[in-house]
Parts: sequence; C-alpha cells; structure tokens
Amino acid sequence: MSKILPRPTETSAPYWQGCQEGELRLQKCNACQQVQFYPRIMCSHCQHQSLDWVVATGGGEIASFTVVRRGVSDDYPAPYIVALIDLEEGPRMMSYIVGTDPESVTIGDAVMVEFEEWSDEITMPVFRVVAAK
Amino acid sequence: MNNLRGSMAIVGAADTEVGTLPGRSPTELCVEAALLALKDAGIDKSSIDGLITCNSFAEPILYHAEAMAEYLQIFPGFCATVNTGGGTTLTVLQQAAAAIHAGVANTVLISMADSMRSFMTREQAMLAQSSTGHPQFEQPYGPSVPAYYALIGQAHMAQYGTTAEQYAEVAVSCRAHAARNPTAQMRKTISVEDVLTSRLIADPLHLLDCSLVSDGGSALIVTSAERASDFPHQPVYMLGIGEAHSHEHISQAASLTTSAAVESGQRAYQMAGLMPADMSFAQLYDCFTPTVLIELEDLGFCEKGSGGDFLQTGATYPDGVLPVNTHGGMLSHCHPGNPGAMYALTETVWQLRGTAGERQVNNAEVALVHAQGGIMSSHATAIFAREVN
Ligand SMILES: [Zn+2]
Repeated sequence: MSKILPRPTETSAPYWQGCQEGELRLQKCNACQQVQFYPRIMCSHCQHQSLDWVVATGGGEIASFTVVRRGVSDDYPAPYIVALIDLEEGPRMMSYIVGTDPESVTIGDAVMVEFEEWSDEITMPVFRVVAAK
Repeated sequence: MNNLRGSMAIVGAADTEVGTLPGRSPTELCVEAALLALKDAGIDKSSIDGLITCNSFAEPILYHAEAMAEYLQIFPGFCATVNTGGGTTLTVLQQAAAAIHAGVANTVLISMADSMRSFMTREQAMLAQSSTGHPQFEQPYGPSVPAYYALIGQAHMAQYGTTAEQYAEVAVSCRAHAARNPTAQMRKTISVEDVLTSRLIADPLHLLDCSLVSDGGSALIVTSAERASDFPHQPVYMLGIGEAHSHEHISQAASLTTSAAVESGQRAYQMAGLMPADMSFAQLYDCFTPTVLIELEDLGFCEKGSGGDFLQTGATYPDGVLPVNTHGGMLSHCHPGNPGAMYALTETVWQLRGTAGERQVNNAEVALVHAQGGIMSSHATAIFAREVN
C-alpha cells in the first residue's frame, strides 16, 4: 500500500502541473471573474464554461484543523494535522499543516503554501504557519 | 406545496440483535429484520409491494434491493437502494411517502443492515468510510471520518466558545439513556471526566465522543394513513418530513458550524404545523458528539451558539425537558454504518406506542427524528405523532 494519490483529469491537470512547478493554481471564470476550487468544467457561480487559470499567492488562513491521532492506514502515520485553508483569493481547500507542533496551531493562523513531492507524477500542496493569530 | 402531511404511518418496526454478530451476514441480518417487522405488522411478505434498502459497506451488492427481494422471493413494483449515507434512513421516508401518496405502492418494507464490526477489518472500515472525501482534493491527506467531524467541532469551539466538556455531555446523556435499554451495546454509565480522559482520536474528539462500530439490522413497514388502523399496533403517523442537501465534501460546505438541518427542520416543522417546543423527545444523529450539539441549535431547540449551555442544563437526559436518543443513540446503543438511524426510528415507534418499558418517556405524543449523511451533508428531519389532527 501507499498513500492515496490523486488521479488528475483533463480539467485538473493544470492544477497538478502547477504543484509540480511550485505554483498553486486556481480557476477564474472569464464571465463573472469568480475564483473557484476545486477545478470544474464550469463556473460554479454563473455556469459559464470558459475558465482561465490564475496563480494564487499561496497565502491563506486556517478555517479549521484537527490533529489526527489515529491514521486512516499504516501509510498515514499519526499524528498529522489536517486543515481547511481559506485562500486569500476566497476558496477553501483541505490540506496539511506541516513543520509545527500540533499543540501550537490555532484557527485564524496565517499560512503559506509549500509543496511536497509524493511521487514522480504527484506533488501535493501543504501549508506552514507563517503568523500565529 | 408538499402535501404528505399525515399521509403515511409506520405500522411495523423491528430490530435484530445488535453488537458483534460474526455468524450472520449483512444480507441475512437485512432479511431477518424484514421478517421481524412483517411479524410486528401482522402481515405476510406477499403484502409488500414496495421495497427500500441501503447498500452494505461490508458486503456491497450491485443491485442491493433487488437481491433482498430475490432472497425474500417478493416481486415489488417499487424497489430502490438508497444512499445518502447516515441520512438514508430518513430520506427513504420521504420517498416511501411520495410513492404511497402517488399510488405507486401501498405497503413498503424498509430494511437495512450492515456488519461493519465483524465483516471488515478496522482499516477496511476506516478507509471505506473516509472515501466520502474528494478523491483528488481531500482523500490524499488521509482525513479519517472522526477527523472530518473534528474540523466541524473545532470550528464551533472557535466561533462560539463551545468546550470539550460540553461535547462530552452528549456522550454521557446518550449513555444514561442506554443504561435503561436492555438491547444497547454499552450500558455502563459514564461521566464527563471519563469522556475527557478517553484517548484523543482527532482533536477535539476523544474515543467516547465517537459512535460505536456494530453489526445489526432494522426494518419498518409503512403504509397509507387510511390503511394504518387495519394493523395490530397503534400506528405512528408521519406529520412532517423535510430534506436539505448542502454539499458533499466538507471543504465545500458554506458553513462549518451551521448545517442544512436548518432547512430540513423548517420544512418538517412547516408541514407538521408544529414547533420545537411541541416535541416530547427527539432522536438526533450522533455519529460524533458535535453533531448533536449543532442539530439542537439548527433544529431550533436552543439559540445558535448556545448548544453547549443547553446540554449542560441536562435537558437531553432521561427525564429532561427534551430527552434525546432515548435508546442510547449510535454513541451507546449501536452503529452498524448507514443503517445507524434506523434504531432511532424503531425506538420512536415504541415510544409513541407506549411500549418502551423502563425508558418510556411520559406522555410521549410527538417526536422529531433527524439524520444526516456525509459530513453534515445530506439532512433529513421527520416528525411523528400518535394522532393526525
Ligand atoms: Zn462565472
């Protein structure tokens, strides 16, 4: 077994490509300018089907988090910190908080993206606390 | 306008044994529950013209309801395998009521079972349940099911000052009910201290904030209100039903702390013409303790943000102003997976028939049952009563 790896699609490939290149990419609607996550074949706001990719700043804030004390499998050794991140551009995404003591994390902490190579094809975005709330 | 008010009644209800049942498959438990419910309703399988089931995690079957019909050798004109996770047990009631109201079926058997305890390893059960996460954007991070609900619990604490002690009240209260229920898996009373000193699973959730993992089956027979009095027991009428579906993946939820139980509840109350204060008791989906606290708020039993204080008044305990999960809930009675809230329904039937024994709620007239599936995703609220008026 190994960690659960995402399987990119035609729609999400630019996102995963971006991660490999050290960029967090988000879709932006050409009609209403809404920025969305996760990648879709349509704008979830106005239903328009023409979307461009923009590079996010990678900055955000912890909307919530939990310290997982019992991993889902042996490939996920506990403890690890699963968090929901509110990106500066608006969308919310799930990720890890890395490089910190679990006891020191707080909702509202400012975070910045960084990237972890999990396989030849997949690099995952994770976040590090840059300023405590 | 949805005009299902009082149109359907539960006329048969039964649970199998629950707990650790390694000798019986999910299919066998599903059929066993069906036979017990038929017996309770005093009818033969040939009377069933509608069948609703949910699939099993431990023994998935591609055409589940059809396989159960085949096993029973019944040939219904309405046959559905429904999957709205833990909400399935209640969303099927709206479907059954609509089918009966439209004349598609007259007598519907709802039977569900699973064997998450004996037919799956711990790792299989965890991975199966956490597959609710988005395959590309959530699952790779390995959030366990407790972790998803911990994200909700943590957010409520940050927003409203809710405490781990307040979440623990839910577990202690459910256990106090279970202590009066001979069929409950866990009957030894516990304290808030016991919950807080049980080991952390995903902060802020401790082991005793998490529901059980069980084997078991449960079934209901429902029919039109007009026909309900032809059956041997006091009918239990459905006065209100409402669903609301807000998201599937927790990262897409509009709010972490206010759920679509607000809308499902409003729909059910409006149909029934009743209010939270009218409820003799409530059965609230308790996969993890924070869900009950949020449901108490979102269903209007207390102000938004005051669920913790409400719990600390003792309201939800036996003999409280609003006994919650009178059978012990999934935290203490049993939780075989998606069928978990079936036991909330069968318990409600027995309470409203007045046959709940030692745990009978005094003057039980009207009750609310709520279930949700996914990660606070698919909500369904139902209101039941002894009379339609
Ligand atoms: Zn748009």
